[in-house]
Amino acid sequence: MTKTPAAVIGVGQTHYRAKREDVSMPGLLREAIDRALADAELTFADIDAVVVGKAPDLFEGVMMPELFLADAIGATGKPMIRVHTAGSVGGSTAIVAASLVQSGVHDRVLTVAFEKQSESNAMWALSIPVPFTMPVHAGAGGFFAPHVRSYIRRSGAPTEIGAMVAAKDRNNALKNPYAHLRNPDTTIESVLASQVLWDPVRYDETCPSSDGACAMVIASEGAVKASGITNPAWIQGQVMRSEPLAYAERDQANPWAGRDAAAHLWRSTGITDPRTEIDCAEIYVPFSWFEPMWMENLGFAAEGEGWKLTEQGVTALTGDLPVNMSGGVLSSNPIGASGMIRFAEAALQVMGEAGEHQVDGARRALGHAYGGGSQFFAMWVVGSQKP
Amino acid sequence: MRDVAVVGFAQRQMREFDGSPNCIELLVPLLQELWEQTGWTKEDIGFWCSGSSDYLAGRSFSFVTAIDALGAVPPISESHVEMDAAWALYEAWIKIQTGEADTALVYGFGKSSASTLRRTLALQLDPYTLTPLWPDTVSIAGMQARLGIEQGVWSEKEMAEVAARSRTNATGNEHAIRRGETTIDDVLAQELLADPLRRWDCAPVTDGAAAIVIAATDTLPRTSPAIRPAVITGIAHCVDSPSLGLRDLTRSPSAERAGAAAGGASVGLADVTVAELHAPFSHQELILRRELGLGDDVRINPSGGALGGNPMFSAGLIRIGEAARRIWSGEADKVLAHATSGAALQQNLVCVMASGQARRPEER
Repeated sequence: MTKTPAAVIGVGQTHYRAKREDVSMPGLLREAIDRALADAELTFADIDAVVVGKAPDLFEGVMMPELFLADAIGATGKPMIRVHTAGSVGGSTAIVAASLVQSGVHDRVLTVAFEKQSESNAMWALSIPVPFTMPVHAGAGGFFAPHVRSYIRRSGAPTEIGAMVAAKDRNNALKNPYAHLRNPDTTIESVLASQVLWDPVRYDETCPSSDGACAMVIASEGAVKASGITNPAWIQGQVMRSEPLAYAERDQANPWAGRDAAAHLWRSTGITDPRTEIDCAEIYVPFSWFEPMWMENLGFAAEGEGWKLTEQGVTALTGDLPVNMSGGVLSSNPIGASGMIRFAEAALQVMGEAGEHQVDGARRALGHAYGGGSQFFAMWVVGSQKP
Repeated sequence: MRDVAVVGFAQRQMREFDGSPNCIELLVPLLQELWEQTGWTKEDIGFWCSGSSDYLAGRSFSFVTAIDALGAVPPISESHVEMDAAWALYEAWIKIQTGEADTALVYGFGKSSASTLRRTLALQLDPYTLTPLWPDTVSIAGMQARLGIEQGVWSEKEMAEVAARSRTNATGNEHAIRRGETTIDDVLAQELLADPLRRWDCAPVTDGAAAIVIAATDTLPRTSPAIRPAVITGIAHCVDSPSLGLRDLTRSPSAERAGAAAGGASVGLADVTVAELHAPFSHQELILRRELGLGDDVRINPSGGALGGNPMFSAGLIRIGEAARRIWSGEADKVLAHATSGAALQQNLVCVMASGQARRPEER
């Protein structure tokens, strides 16, 4: 079996805000889709199929909203698929869309992921009591804080590493016109001075709740040739891995599914040293400490050494492996779209279209998303070279 | 395209689950049945994909605990659609076409009895203009049935024929929850539920789950059963406008398109002899038969169809399993399965299967 080569030829994003009260759900999605189609120099008539992703339907209060959105997103009269794989969904959705092209079934697929949390109440959506299950009553931060404490204890990382990540990402966000949080004077000291929410996670080390959508057009090799796009982001490899929430000896700080996914991704793309062969990465960091944790999980650093990349400035925009150039999930978090934004920002880098947060000469980039209790992983490698 | 065959199928349908089983209690027995049917273990599965709904479960991330049933240690390649599991099968078929997997296990589950289903499904409509009016699914289907009658597209008697045949066919299906030898007069004697629909014109609220194993026939695992694989010769799906006022509700263009795409340009659906149609209301079977061009010689819903049992998010997948079984048993050489989603047949999937050669490893 050989896959049909596929590439991202168009990217569109909305401005991310706490409440996008100026648009309805259809309006929000169209904002991203119209920009992606314009970027790809295509119209709805050129699109063969639409793949939609978002996190739980209770976040908007609409059951399977893609059904009522079908007209607005140009799916009517076409195949439409709705993916939901928890927080990793934006990444999984892009992978399903890519597969539709790589399988040879379609030539041009539109994919869009969104969340409009202001339509409903995310805390309510996450707090419905489940029979026989102990409620956490602490949101995602309370759930993940023990994983962070475990990481700090095991790695011996200095306590300000999390603040360094947060200050970096919040400053990167100032270079991204779509970013939600725009706090111009964020420093390591100001992050450390913010209130502790879930020890050791401080307010400024936490992602916001955002409304927003992200869309991409993925095209086959033939469709890339037929388009006017000369700088496509070729999809060189992709992977999804899942593991249960709990089992004996599960390592929550360095989950097996993530390690396994990364190993598969590097193997399938012929990458032997990701630290030097990947030029930049957009990884899913909803709480600052997840940067060093994922750098180890992904194989960019040895176990216990990930924090040194942050400390040495390797992951800064000016470092030699920049991470979350867009400001990342820490600066914009429309949950269902957050994974796709990582995938799309990676594509923008290798297309050379990332604007002020462009990494000079980026030729190979990683997009990464995770979900559930650090148990669902989706990743892709995009590059300027055809696979 | 790679030849991919349906090689295993297990299902449960119940009026109401006994108690409130969690995903693990529901799925483990189904998986066990599949391992017995195929002789495989979870290590033989290259990709896992499921379909379910958070709103049906009344909670967010309802599918997450389902993977606890799979034994996902070491980690597995896995995905989920918020759709009937027939679309999960489509995603798995795509995955096998890319060469990233050779086999897949697909499953769907849902407990429809936990809420007032027809009201829950009103949440699938436009949240700004329609849902606030709470038009429930049975009422919308009633309007659709009424339109067809008034336009002379079908009659109450034809609808009753569908209901009577479905109930009668379901007597041979141990999984059906509504069945019994039934005449057209028996159906017409029932009182109206949502004029012109009678209770037996509407699928019963059903709890259930189902699972299917598919595999590329060029790389069947060593222990594969010596069955006639039901090879997928075409699978396609399509969606219509959600706007009930803009659609001709007596038609289903998305079903027609899906059927044309799945049937293929040369043969089409002409030599299909058995069709399992996911029609939750009797008149919707009439719409589907017309859109798919299925003649009177095609056996429709030998299982009793959705009128015998309609577990949300697995009923479409069950149609694929029921149709495949007709090939395994030698009753048919080419079959069609259909799944639907959304109000008034908004979204439709068609899967065509034909008998294929089982190529066991030693014969390759």
